[in-house]
Amino acid sequence: MGIKRRKFLKIAGISALGVVAKPVRDALAVANPIEWLDKKLGGFTPFETLLHLFHRPVGYKPGEALTGERWAMVVNVKQIDEEIADACMEVCHRVHNVPQIDNPRHEIKWIWHAEYKHVFPGQKHEHIGEKYKHAPFLVMCNHCENPACVRVCPTKATFKRKHDGIVLMDMHRCIGCRFCMAACPFGARSFNWIIPWPRERAGTIPRFRKDKEPPNPEFPTRVKGVVEKCNFCAERLAKGQIPACVEVCQEAAKKKGKEPALVFGDLEDPDSEVRQLLRSHYTLRRKPELGTNPNVYYIV
Amino acid sequence: MLEKAFVGGRKYWILLACLLGIMGLGFIMWLWQFRVGLGITGMSRDVSWGFYIGQFTYLVGVAAAGVMVVLPYYLHHYKAFGRITILAEFMAVGAVSMCLLFILVDLGNPVRALNVMLHPTPTSVLFWDMIVLNGYLFLNIFIGWNVLSAERKGSPPPNWIKPFIYLSIPWAISIHTVTAYLYAGLPGRGFWLTAIMAPRFLASAFCAGPALLILLCLIVRKTTRFDPGKEQIRTLGSIVAYALILNVFFFVCELFTVFYSQIPGHMDHFRYLFFGLEGHGNLVPLMWLAFALMTTAIILLVIPACRRNEGILTVACVLTVIGTWIDKGFGLVVGGFVPNPLHEVTEYWPTVPEALITLAVWATGFLIISVLYKVATTVKVEVEVGG
Repeated sequence: MGIKRRKFLKIAGISALGVVAKPVRDALAVANPIEWLDKKLGGFTPFETLLHLFHRPVGYKPGEALTGERWAMVVNVKQIDEEIADACMEVCHRVHNVPQIDNPRHEIKWIWHAEYKHVFPGQKHEHIGEKYKHAPFLVMCNHCENPACVRVCPTKATFKRKHDGIVLMDMHRCIGCRFCMAACPFGARSFNWIIPWPRERAGTIPRFRKDKEPPNPEFPTRVKGVVEKCNFCAERLAKGQIPACVEVCQEAAKKKGKEPALVFGDLEDPDSEVRQLLRSHYTLRRKPELGTNPNVYYIV
Repeated sequence: MLEKAFVGGRKYWILLACLLGIMGLGFIMWLWQFRVGLGITGMSRDVSWGFYIGQFTYLVGVAAAGVMVVLPYYLHHYKAFGRITILAEFMAVGAVSMCLLFILVDLGNPVRALNVMLHPTPTSVLFWDMIVLNGYLFLNIFIGWNVLSAERKGSPPPNWIKPFIYLSIPWAISIHTVTAYLYAGLPGRGFWLTAIMAPRFLASAFCAGPALLILLCLIVRKTTRFDPGKEQIRTLGSIVAYALILNVFFFVCELFTVFYSQIPGHMDHFRYLFFGLEGHGNLVPLMWLAFALMTTAIILLVIPACRRNEGILTVACVLTVIGTWIDKGFGLVVGGFVPNPLHEVTEYWPTVPEALITLAVWATGFLIISVLYKVATTVKVEVEVGG
């Protein structure tokens, strides 16, 4: 036995050439090398590809992603009833593995419904019609264009995504100082006051929901002591899907032959459905006087 | 010099043992909090800051108040304060240490605390607060220790320390200004959204801090052979009087703007604190008590005969410390969160474990102050007896 060093190097060198040769030949054969590289990398940048040697996000394919410059939501309150509102909350909290906690002090909610006087506290008056008074207004993070929460975060754990304006939350960087909760004028943020899954199963596979359904493996879990909120389903947009709550509303609307309660689209695209709705209806935004410039609009 | 801290009488060791006992108990509670989460406190989704951040805010003020002794001595050559600058500086060291600990126990993920330095974010006031507080801690330890060392050797403080001393004066103002900016720039919180927040913070700091310092001086006089001095305490008393009046005046300015403008988003927090809102009024008796205490203290302090009587001055200082503590360490933080942005009322009250952790942080601060004061007073007595 025993290979001499010189011989080993020779074999290794020839093998390496063999591995490299084919892609090099392919590369020389294509007309547009950038296009070729793009195809090879599956739409990811070379830097991302390098990162993916260590970690690859589950199910993310940039080629299929829905893209927009400024995502926005229109909430058509006329179309919302308790049933729709509950369906939206249920699906959102399920796909995002949101811990179900009954104690309202420790509650975590990404989307929920509230009465007019709570959603528009500056606009309430005593003679408002009954059908508006108790209508379930769906509320969530407004994905403000000028978000106060992002400004105050000391670690950039919450940030506004440059290319589409979604305000995101990195639950793995958050230190839990809760400055963002003090800063948000809409109460959109929740904190994990307790361990997010039942204690008796702490340390085992986390199961979040009461009905013992397994968590959505495509969405990261969180630990206690971090803040979370609606992310406009950024993880679904990346796969070409619309937000879960909007999807539920569309299906319900199709079944009943009505207009959907939630509409999602790109505000920068003049032909988008949200822009059409904003043109044809009078809409409200929550606390516009604060200058955060919310991207969630309400048709009342 | 630190060896002086290890030589002491029975009472000194009993004091340290008691403080360590409280710290131990609080530490066990903190371990529990660390394991199961901040849910063991009284905080909630709506009132997301509570006792911890309240104490932090109050103690930043106590720390900043060191400047009320340093400034007259170094900038106006008010010689009498030379005797107690070290006490003011060491009190500031204890107070800033407590501030940093309160931030740490309030974090949901303390193990990630260094993310603040790993991902520095200049738009965040908390980032700047971290810088100014740590800087102030360093300045006070550095200056205090060097000046005391020089005094022990019988020489004047070295000239190179002077720039640090001059820097520490605006730095003291900065720690409390930046802390006020934590609150005063948040768009949705009408209670805090006021330009007078920083001046009000400074005014309450400059009465609460010197009042606490007077009490500490009286304890030092009673328990050591070092006498901080009659004139020193008397001057501090005048400072407390002026600052306390300013504090209440600024509060009245706030009340006028809020209630004369009648803007609900600003008014409702005050209504909650002083009259209760929608049947909720946990804090009402406390807030009235705070202002009763501060008003009584003002009356005692503005009458010269009362202020110069050390017994009455002591009472006034105790009233000032408690009154400003309720106002700033409790009402100011909680009041900003009630009602919440959706105008719903969720009340806050600290839980027992939360109170014990809070107490333990205070005990830690007082342990630091006790040890540093032991060193300082021993050195001072040695110099006086030797000289």
